[in-house]
Amino acid sequence: MIEAGHFALVLALALALVQSTVPIVGSRINDARMMAVAAPVALVSFALIALAFLALTWAYVTSDFSVVNVWENSHSQKPMLFKITGTWGNHEGSMLLWVLILALFSALVAVFGRNLPDQLKATVLAVQGWIAAAFLLFILVTSNPFARLVPAPFEGQDLNPILQDVGLAVHPPLLYLGYVGFSVSFSFAVAALIEKRIDAAWARWVRPWTLAAWIFLTGGIAMGSYWAYYELGWGGFWFWDPVENASFMPWLSGTALLHSALVMEKRSALKIWTVLLAILTFSLSLLGTFLVRSGVLTSVHAFATDPTRGVFILGILTLLVGGALALFAWRAHALTAGGIFQPISREGSLVLNNLFLTTATATVLIGTLYPLLMEALTGDKISVGAPFFNLTFGSLMVPLLIAVPFGPLLAWKRGDLYAAAQRLAWALGGAILVALLIMLFVDRTMLFAALSIGLAAWLMLGAATDLVLRSGVGSQPWSVVRRRLWGLPRSAKGTALAHFGLGVTVVGIVATVAFQTERIVIMKPGDTIDFAGRQLRFERVEPFAGPNYTEDQARFTLISGNRDVGTLVAAKRLYTARQMPTTEAGILTRGFSQAYVALGDPSGDGSWVVRAWWKPMVTLIWLGPCLMMAGGLLSISDRRLRVGAPARRRSQPVPAAAE
Amino acid sequence: MTVAKLIFAVLVLASLCLPAHAVRPDEILADPQLEARAREISSELRCYVCQNQSIDDSDADLARDLRILVRERILAGDTDEAVTDYIVQRYGEFVLLKPRFGYHTALLWGAPLLILVAGSIGLFMMRRREAATTALLSEEEERKLQAILRDS
Repeated sequence: MIEAGHFALVLALALALVQSTVPIVGSRINDARMMAVAAPVALVSFALIALAFLALTWAYVTSDFSVVNVWENSHSQKPMLFKITGTWGNHEGSMLLWVLILALFSALVAVFGRNLPDQLKATVLAVQGWIAAAFLLFILVTSNPFARLVPAPFEGQDLNPILQDVGLAVHPPLLYLGYVGFSVSFSFAVAALIEKRIDAAWARWVRPWTLAAWIFLTGGIAMGSYWAYYELGWGGFWFWDPVENASFMPWLSGTALLHSALVMEKRSALKIWTVLLAILTFSLSLLGTFLVRSGVLTSVHAFATDPTRGVFILGILTLLVGGALALFAWRAHALTAGGIFQPISREGSLVLNNLFLTTATATVLIGTLYPLLMEALTGDKISVGAPFFNLTFGSLMVPLLIAVPFGPLLAWKRGDLYAAAQRLAWALGGAILVALLIMLFVDRTMLFAALSIGLAAWLMLGAATDLVLRSGVGSQPWSVVRRRLWGLPRSAKGTALAHFGLGVTVVGIVATVAFQTERIVIMKPGDTIDFAGRQLRFERVEPFAGPNYTEDQARFTLISGNRDVGTLVAAKRLYTARQMPTTEAGILTRGFSQAYVALGDPSGDGSWVVRAWWKPMVTLIWLGPCLMMAGGLLSISDRRLRVGAPARRRSQPVPAAAE
Repeated sequence: MTVAKLIFAVLVLASLCLPAHAVRPDEILADPQLEARAREISSELRCYVCQNQSIDDSDADLARDLRILVRERILAGDTDEAVTDYIVQRYGEFVLLKPRFGYHTALLWGAPLLILVAGSIGLFMMRRREAATTALLSEEEERKLQAILRDS
């Protein structure tokens, strides 16, 4: 089975080489048979890589410790879920997941791309083939997950305990679906440059793929943030860690791409820029893969001592990104610029969005790479961490967030800022009211936090404005409003929902950062502490044995207004195989807020160090991205977005349910 | 992406940097205002042995020493800047999570503004060029237009 997997992977590489050459030659010499090779090859490649992936998963499921990778990262006592997820909880396996998802996207293009012109489809799949070939070669040469170990050990070394969590089942697959999903936009952009042709139809094809990748990446990042929040045990949700930045940069530029593709589709403007952005977004995904997988982040020296993998990925990065950018420099002028517009217009607002998002992306990029470059060039070591990013990134976001509600209210070509402002007056009034209420009733000293929550309210009310006006809330009877709301294009509703979600996230972040309460105390069972207008009672500590760990569980009761409202269980856990301790936080959700308790060291006399937080509105931080994803899904389901959708409707009359 | 972060936090820097429980109860200053200042300062100082963690977040012994040092300096009456200077003098600029502005970091700090301004200028130039080229019809287009008008 293992050797079959290995063999399938080698076959997939051979097919990827076919996929990267035959169709593109076919499209150059206009040979329909050669172009037709692309789709079936893409499908079979996917099947082969899936087979290889299943083979590795099977080795994990059956705890086959004759496979080095399984021995290094698994244990026979590990719960089944973590045996399966352990497949991608390591370097080799996660790279295999990476190419699996790449092949999945190629297969999807092959299946859903029936409406694409043959030449474009062949070229797109060929570009996908280049990426696949490069990374398959990388896996086979430097990171073979199928290497054997003789003699096979009796027991594995277990998976890193912190990764033994449902988070590992969801976070990396989602993240990779996003990261790698942008490869499709990249391939479309490169194909457009090769074919020297790009039009509104191109944008219409690219947009759903970009949107799909963006939805996954949004989910992946949010999920990762929540995972770190509950698993690492100090209640932080974003650390501006280089590895986080690596996933955040494609998200930022992908968001910009989403908006510029809109301009291109609707107005044929910003073509060159959209193509460049599509190339840059996937380049940032590749850069992220390089940063995470090469070890360069730990230190430049660690990278220098074992550079094989790093240099290989750097080579792929240089070839793909450099090649694409060179092609862009060579061919971009051949793409004609399209529709013109006034600065104050829907297009103008989207350009402003792109300006700020791109600057923000560049800021994160420079902040992440600056210490590395500085150390490599001068040997000086500096650190660039959260305080830097909060200041610079935060300052860039404020004007952008202020501008967001205006966008959807401006007309294409030439908008009326004054009219838009008039229509947003109630949202501004609402935002000021919210800020005032927070100053008056929550905390008079927190002017900045009150203003920030006001800004979030402005975003939420502003996002609702478009729908409210178009559906006639207030001026029409409810039945008319409901019918009109139902009839509004899904993309408009999706936009409103996503922008609303952004506001929700801002509320969560500001409320948590500014208004959270922290207590660090020594407690004995039976003790009660006050915090955030509530009490926390330490009930007892009891030992507990899990499948592959033992732990001391501490039970706490949250008391609000003399009433017990719930139990929190925090634990100090010891994973026996690796003899590694972890801290399991106790979390109790009340409305949108959470109580969060982490256990410290025991001090011998039965007392424990306890860290307790009240985190107001904290769940909104992750609820916001859920709304953004829902908005994206709503938008992607808009029939107008799908090329050829009307034709399908004719042949397959199920409109009422599908609408 | 947190997977690798988690791997870093635990695998690479194993026992040193388990994050939970950074500040311990015995470190906390009696005066809440001074303590708040100490927390503020600590959150901007990097734990020397950890991957991207402030001393306020890190459980490493060195981080604890630094936290105690920060509090000692505050009790000794130092201003926030003086405390930071004191730490930087001993441990180098590497401990600052927000690097100081200087020749060596001018590009880092200047980048956001520079890119924003350059982007705006680029957009402005593009707009002017577009307005100049697209507003007028080329000679050939003018001829075609006249022909169409004549025919109709």
